[in-house]
Amino acid sequence: MTREERHHVLVKPLRIFAALMALLTLTILYAFVPGLPFKTEAGLGIALAKALLIALLFMQLKGASGIVRIAAVAGLVWAGFLYVLTFADLLTR
Amino acid sequence: MTDTALQKPWADAERQRVATQFGVWMFLATETLFFGGIFLFYTVSRIENSAGFMAGARHTDVWFGSINTVVLLTSSLTMAIAERAVRIGAVPLARAMYFATIALGLCFVTVKGFEYWKDVSEHLLPGRDFPIAQTGASEFWAFYWTVTVVHAIHLTIGLGIVARMLLIPRDQLAARWTTAEGTALYWHLVDVVWVFLYPLLYLAGR
Amino acid sequence: MTETPEAGLLAREPGERNYLTDGTTVRSWLLTTDHKRIALLYAAGITFFFFLGGAAATLIRAELVTPKGDLLSADTYNRVFTLHGVIMVWFFLVPSIPTTLGNFLLPLMIGADEVAYPKLNLFSWYLWLSGGLLTLFALLAGGVDTGWTFYTPFSTLYSNSHVLLAAAGVFVAGFSSIATGINFLATIHLLRAKGMTWMRLPLFAWSMYTTSLVMVLATPVLAMALLLVFAERAFGMPIFDPRSGGDPILFQHLFWFYSHPAVYIMVLPAMGVVSEVIACEARRRVFGYEFMVYAMLMIALIGFMVWGHHMFVSGQSPFASLVFSALSFVIAVPSAIKVFNWTGTLYRGQIRFSTPMLYALGFVGLFTLGGLTGLFLASLPVDVELTDTYFVTAHFHYIMVGGSVSAFFAGLHFWWPKITGRMYSETMGKFAAVSMFFGFNFTFFPQFILGYMGMPRRYHEYPPEFQPWQVMSSTGAVVLAFAYLWPLFYLTWSLVKGPRADDNPHDATGLEWQTSSPPPTGNFNTPPVVTEAPYGYHPQGFAPHSAAPTEQAQTP
Repeated sequence: MTREERHHVLVKPLRIFAALMALLTLTILYAFVPGLPFKTEAGLGIALAKALLIALLFMQLKGASGIVRIAAVAGLVWAGFLYVLTFADLLTR
Repeated sequence: MTDTALQKPWADAERQRVATQFGVWMFLATETLFFGGIFLFYTVSRIENSAGFMAGARHTDVWFGSINTVVLLTSSLTMAIAERAVRIGAVPLARAMYFATIALGLCFVTVKGFEYWKDVSEHLLPGRDFPIAQTGASEFWAFYWTVTVVHAIHLTIGLGIVARMLLIPRDQLAARWTTAEGTALYWHLVDVVWVFLYPLLYLAGR
Repeated sequence: MTETPEAGLLAREPGERNYLTDGTTVRSWLLTTDHKRIALLYAAGITFFFFLGGAAATLIRAELVTPKGDLLSADTYNRVFTLHGVIMVWFFLVPSIPTTLGNFLLPLMIGADEVAYPKLNLFSWYLWLSGGLLTLFALLAGGVDTGWTFYTPFSTLYSNSHVLLAAAGVFVAGFSSIATGINFLATIHLLRAKGMTWMRLPLFAWSMYTTSLVMVLATPVLAMALLLVFAERAFGMPIFDPRSGGDPILFQHLFWFYSHPAVYIMVLPAMGVVSEVIACEARRRVFGYEFMVYAMLMIALIGFMVWGHHMFVSGQSPFASLVFSALSFVIAVPSAIKVFNWTGTLYRGQIRFSTPMLYALGFVGLFTLGGLTGLFLASLPVDVELTDTYFVTAHFHYIMVGGSVSAFFAGLHFWWPKITGRMYSETMGKFAAVSMFFGFNFTFFPQFILGYMGMPRRYHEYPPEFQPWQVMSSTGAVVLAFAYLWPLFYLTWSLVKGPRADDNPHDATGLEWQTSSPPPTGNFNTPPVVTEAPYGYHPQGFAPHSAAPTEQAQTP
């Protein structure tokens, strides 16, 4: 393997993995240290950060063609319709 | 740049690559909506029966959950390396990483098995012997059992899909790099679902 | 294999090879990856399920001839209308046009030689079949009594019927829908012929695109709704059970998030077929092509935001009901645009009242009536009165049967020569089309009146004052049944004895007509190149009744 290949195949994924492990540590600490505010939001926010790292970098959405990115986002947007309108009901009963 | 094994009806490699990515991401969009449905149940239940739901959530074992999160994130690493290795034709590295991914996947399932055994021994199955009386606690555990089983089924299917990569003869593996990309996308989804499940199941109510 | 096929049933001349002659073993059919053969595999399946669902309908109409419940017990009646709904929705209407006409025609229309994922296509048929077998098994084991809507907590806690089997059957069939949708989306994005730009696509191709969007994005939520029912019923998981803090209305949100867009899965393909048939048989470009496209896209999008109109009396909040009602009014607009544009296409046309055209015109009228009655139901106060009455039943049958089934028959007849290489008897076809129109109206128009008068749906007994309308409806159903059975006869006859079809017997535009009837396995002998807009039935600015083509564009 050339040096450049090694960087692309091994070093980059390892760096992303390190970031993921750091985020995991952060989320556990935040959940268990007593008295910290907005624990749910923090937990989900960190999960979102991890998911974005995986999606954009491991799954290579950053650099994918337009229709592929739209396909990736479509599920989230449509799930959004489900949530928004269901909560329009639930929260106003 | 390696050759590509072209499948019908694709006439060139770049089109086949986009087709593979597009098809798999469309499928992953359906998975987003599928899991989105049961996450909606979690959200509704947690809002409607907040105290009981969180009381139920505190009975999950954060050690099992965290170990499994590390296992699955590591398997995403090995999968990412495997996919990139196939692309540059580093076949022995790719195969080693596929074996590692499968091993980590099996590790996840094993840890889950032990966790289920512990949960059952604490009677955390909704029903007659369920120990927490507050309304909402059993709904949490209904979510837990249903979603972790569905996730585990997805993971097991993923193990099969990864094993398929190992069945490709070594001299043809590099040419099948678009298949490797598709396989990796599915595996990473299994990980992303868990990434969201982890705080919902193990960090709630702490 | 080097034998020269004879000009037997399948080919026009000795030695001609087409997709039917290439491989005549059972294996070559069951393991085919040719989209045209897969279309026929699906056609065989949906025909079977159509008549099975029709048998259930026959029992329903027979029971309703008399006010007393004398033919079927209440419980059996519940199982019969459930079977009718489950089979007709998931095993006939949802697959019908997309998996038969869509599979066959889409690659041809865009100038491709295959769909994007041919093996996935075959797998989708086996998935669909497996779902169908599970559902059949549920029927043979005694059926389901929950209605096709599987509402909780009845389905999960109290029903004594084979809910799990039926839910499993629908669950599995759902994956077939998703697979077909993904296949068509990729095919249209990535396999269009040179020169086939998006705004040159035939409207049927656009209808397959929008339908596929809906199939892919709606079906997974149904899958989860059914999975949760399974978890609660089979494993005692408290999900919708109110005694454990669950919300039964959550099931309805999840269920209707799919099932409302599902009706657009059932109508968008029909709209695509009707556009093709009307343009050809009136010899006119489609009026307002771009708006026809935008209308279908809007229907597909907004269709996901109106599902709560099925839940106005369920306990849903008045605020949410208001939002859903408003959006349901909005979604009428694109459909209306399409009806205006079909009418605009007919204007100054040289109309041929052929069999497909009769079915297509029937669609326009019946869809309009069904759609207008939808507005009654979208209006909150009116819906509170009409919900769960026969008015609703009549409304959706006008669209799904008067609309989609008519369009399916239109398409079946229009493309029959292309698919089979044979012509059917026009006289017999016209007779069936007219019978269907009259039979349909006699069956379902009285149901609007019954609903308005207060007759509840899903009841096998009723007060005697409703009987005249019920008898009219059941009589109409006899004519309708004939209209469905008659084509079985003359279409089958045409396969054996019908005259051979030319490549383009209707003189239609469209790439599918530029290849032989039936097409070769690879679709085109040379890959087509597209240089013009679709529906080139007359020059721009041409008014058929004037002496010569004008320089200016036509003004109304």
